[in-house]
Amino acid sequence: MKEFLSRFAPQIALAPSVLASFVYVFLFCGWTIWLSLSNSTLLPEFSFVGFEHYVALWQNRRWTIAYTNLFLFGSLYVIGSLLIGLVLAILIDQRVRAEAVWRSMLLYPLAISFVVTGTVWRWIFNPTTGVEAFAHDLGWLGFHFDWILDRTKAIYTIVITGTWHASGFAMVLLLAGLRSVDQDLIKAAQIDGASMARIYRKIVLPSIRPIIIAVIVILLQFAIKTFDLVAAQTGGGPGLSTNVPAIYVYDLMFQRGQIAQGAAAAVMILVALALVLAPYAVWSNRRTRREARSA
Amino acid sequence: MPEDFIAFDPLASGSAWQRRRSMTLVYLMLAAFSLYYLLPLGVIVLNSFRDLSEIARGGLIGLPHSFSTEYWGKAWSSHCVNGLCKGIAPFFYNSLWMAIPATIISTAIGAVNGYVLSAWRFKGSDALFGCMTLGVFLPGQMVLLPWAFTLGHLGLSNTVSGLVLIHCVQGLAFTTLFCRNYYLNIPDALIKAARIDGAGFWRIFRKIVLPLSPPILIVTVIWQFTGIWNDFLFGVVFSSGDHQPVTAALIGLTAGQTNVRQYNVEAAAVLIGALPPLLVYLFGGRYFMRGLTQGAVK
Repeated sequence: MKEFLSRFAPQIALAPSVLASFVYVFLFCGWTIWLSLSNSTLLPEFSFVGFEHYVALWQNRRWTIAYTNLFLFGSLYVIGSLLIGLVLAILIDQRVRAEAVWRSMLLYPLAISFVVTGTVWRWIFNPTTGVEAFAHDLGWLGFHFDWILDRTKAIYTIVITGTWHASGFAMVLLLAGLRSVDQDLIKAAQIDGASMARIYRKIVLPSIRPIIIAVIVILLQFAIKTFDLVAAQTGGGPGLSTNVPAIYVYDLMFQRGQIAQGAAAAVMILVALALVLAPYAVWSNRRTRREARSA
Repeated sequence: MPEDFIAFDPLASGSAWQRRRSMTLVYLMLAAFSLYYLLPLGVIVLNSFRDLSEIARGGLIGLPHSFSTEYWGKAWSSHCVNGLCKGIAPFFYNSLWMAIPATIISTAIGAVNGYVLSAWRFKGSDALFGCMTLGVFLPGQMVLLPWAFTLGHLGLSNTVSGLVLIHCVQGLAFTTLFCRNYYLNIPDALIKAARIDGAGFWRIFRKIVLPLSPPILIVTVIWQFTGIWNDFLFGVVFSSGDHQPVTAALIGLTAGQTNVRQYNVEAAAVLIGALPPLLVYLFGGRYFMRGLTQGAVK
């Protein structure tokens, strides 16, 4: 017995985690998928009804709002964070003084929860306490900034906040990329008299393309999972105007007792993530292999 | 060092005057961005010391003309949250009792897993590792209902222990990934030599692997602690009333219905809720950054 224990010590040590991971990744996922195909409402039940709830989901107006918002928010958030991150990385790469101070100032949002982030920005966007009140206090009475109360514009306040949270993170990854670019190549271009803008466009940016793609994929993943930020900043409102898929799932599962349709929406989130991550995994695998061959 | 070996310096071209002008532009732009970044922090810090009448007059943005620390006291121990008038403190402790055990347990297990999956690889272990890391990408929404049933069966519904369990299982994927990738750098020869000397599985872990581990353990602990502390989804779904972690309580506190919003007290409460991860970031920034780049890029 003792010999067995010591011979298989590694497997025995690993076993509980493997079991937990399998339950978590496969059993729990399968469970939710099953629920999405069942007729569960307030309580789970396992009568199979096929794709009925998926059909109902895609006919639901609120779900339409939710995924439209995700596309709008997701694209603006990714583009915004990427551009601001890139500008910041290029600025910091100019051998600025006190680089560590600038960096930590731009990156601290990542240590702050979305709940805190959303709460504080809600105050800033609120016309009676935030930017509008500030402008009025300064004497600019004609100033209006009430996007957060406006059904057509509230989603853009989420974009501003999301970008605030993520652009420092994009900056750090891009800065690491900028610093790994072959210096000789740039020197040569400089000697040839190429302008700064041209050097960045023709040499630097193309050579950090893999990092840019990685940043886009990570940000897309954040965007798809967005929940707490919206919950804290607008609660999905005004009306339904800032609903996103994750909010929809939560609401159906735990507020409205429509477990099956909530599960169907959760599965759609999983599908969206897979659509982003699977091509990326294939692409980066192929790239590593190509590099290994050429090396 | 000869001139040509100096690293690429985009602004080095042109005359000294041009260079000074460009650098000024760089600093001006950075300063403009820092306004955007520091505004929220400024708003909560300054307003947590400020008189309410002043806020009512000019809003939350602006320099305070009054100063008092009483709002912090009120936010901590007597402000009403979710109908419970004990301040933010009970929820803060809930978060602490959730985040600390979950961080320690998930990190410890991750270290052992990482050790097995790097130094004691067996047939199929790489495939197992691949499956375990799938947990990193899984959206929380996919596991909410199964967890609800599981916690119910274990008698852990609406308890801090239930949240600890969830964060341990969910964190396994990350901690295993971090530690395994780090331990791959330990030379095989080191482990082999120890095995030839008759050292067993746990002895090698204790004597060779653990002493080499502090850098990755710090990264993992920081990553887990901030992630668990800041989590909202699991907290709001699986706990209610006075069992909630601080993130869930903050929503109740700042979005609840009241006649007059006490922004100064709420600002103090929000800041208290944000403080632990902020402190971790300030004092472990280097490790925080490393975890970030590793966790994200994988």
